[in-house]
Amino acid sequence: MFSLEGITKTIQDWLFSSFSPTVALLIECAIIILLAIALFALLGLVLVLMERKVAAHIQIRLGPNRVGPGGMFQTVADTVKLIMKEGLTPDMADKFLFNLAPFIVMIVAMLLLAPIAFAKNFQIWDINIGVLYVSAVSSLSVIGILMAGWASNNKYSLLGAMRSGAQIVSYELSAGLAILSVVVLTGSLQISDIIESQKDGWWLFKGHIPVIIAFVIFLIAVTAETNRAPFDLAEAESELTAGFHTEYSGMRFAFFFLAEYINIFIVCSIGATLFLGGWMPLHIGNWESFNHLMDYIPSSVWFMGKTFFLIFLIMWFRWTFPRLRVDQLLNLEWKYLLPISLFNILLVTLIAIMGWHF
Amino acid sequence: MGAISLIALGLAAILFSAGGILVGKILLKKSHNSQKGQPYECGIPTETSPWHQFHVGYYLFALLFLIFDVELVFMYPWAVVVKKVGLLALVEIFIFIFILFMGFLYAHKKGALKWS
Repeated sequence: MFSLEGITKTIQDWLFSSFSPTVALLIECAIIILLAIALFALLGLVLVLMERKVAAHIQIRLGPNRVGPGGMFQTVADTVKLIMKEGLTPDMADKFLFNLAPFIVMIVAMLLLAPIAFAKNFQIWDINIGVLYVSAVSSLSVIGILMAGWASNNKYSLLGAMRSGAQIVSYELSAGLAILSVVVLTGSLQISDIIESQKDGWWLFKGHIPVIIAFVIFLIAVTAETNRAPFDLAEAESELTAGFHTEYSGMRFAFFFLAEYINIFIVCSIGATLFLGGWMPLHIGNWESFNHLMDYIPSSVWFMGKTFFLIFLIMWFRWTFPRLRVDQLLNLEWKYLLPISLFNILLVTLIAIMGWHF
Repeated sequence: MGAISLIALGLAAILFSAGGILVGKILLKKSHNSQKGQPYECGIPTETSPWHQFHVGYYLFALLFLIFDVELVFMYPWAVVVKKVGLLALVEIFIFIFILFMGFLYAHKKGALKWS
């Protein structure tokens, strides 16, 4: 009853049976727009609160607890405050690029929602090159960040943007190679195929040690790609005030903030899809009764549970590791992660070809 | 849904962002003075424009990234068919990665990976 399976199909059948195809398609687009905006707003509210709560509990304090039960409406209050703030544009800034940058970051974050399977049969577009699409579109966000840093006409912004650019493009390589290792095992770039291939066990468990290495590399790389601590050099508060969004205020700042959290959600959902089976319940080989029991939990719950577990891991990193220096950051990628992941993909290929995985 | 969903999503992002900014614009009256328009540099008056040379290291890493990223793009179609082709594909990609790795070692030896 609480499962999202089949809902999309029912709606689509009803729409196409009662309207002409063009109108039905337009209505579907309108539904997608509404759902995507709602998801954005909701995720922003939930993730910001979650971050503050996780941070608080790691530091043995309570975190926000005044606005609403358990501080639940703290982010709503913050959002209202941000809407009421004046959006300043510096006099010397490149006005057009300065105003364009938050839009680009938001559009990229929104476009990334398309291939994500939120539940069984609940996917906006099951594009046949889903994984390639994700890695291609997600690397566009660096353009928005560089644009913001350059247009602000501020030294902190430019430095932050440059650091962020170097960092994102560097870590994209090992993230891409980690993603590729699952593609090698599956033999398909389509998200639904990748999930289907994990019917009898998730790749993290099926693929032996090389896949576990790839998963760890993926986690490190996406933490860096989303500019999260310990890789938050781009917005290191103690050296660059706020990095590339120093000059932004009001809603434009909020959009950078929101896009960062949405990106975390998206990379975690991709990680959950590739390594932890997406919406696929935990199935273990021939344990029929166990598998049936797990099937009773709705697929959307599985997906959200895995995704939020990964998000929690990334938040945990933020509050336990000290920030890296820029040379350490680039060393880690170019001298350790990249050679390891190049070697690792050969190992994964060997396993895939010899059929050594379960 | 096909490719039209991407247009819908892009539109959603624009609507959402423009809506947020417009609400603020409509609700608030704007004030401006010369202090407000200054770049924020922690209160110290700014000297020199930030739009000038920056560290060459960023450029070097961008170049290196380009090489490896193109390699990655080549590996996507390979990854899809590798299971069907079998051991031959593994040998081929091994040669491919080996050549690239030689280039990587060369860059390392030349000190391109060192941040100074």
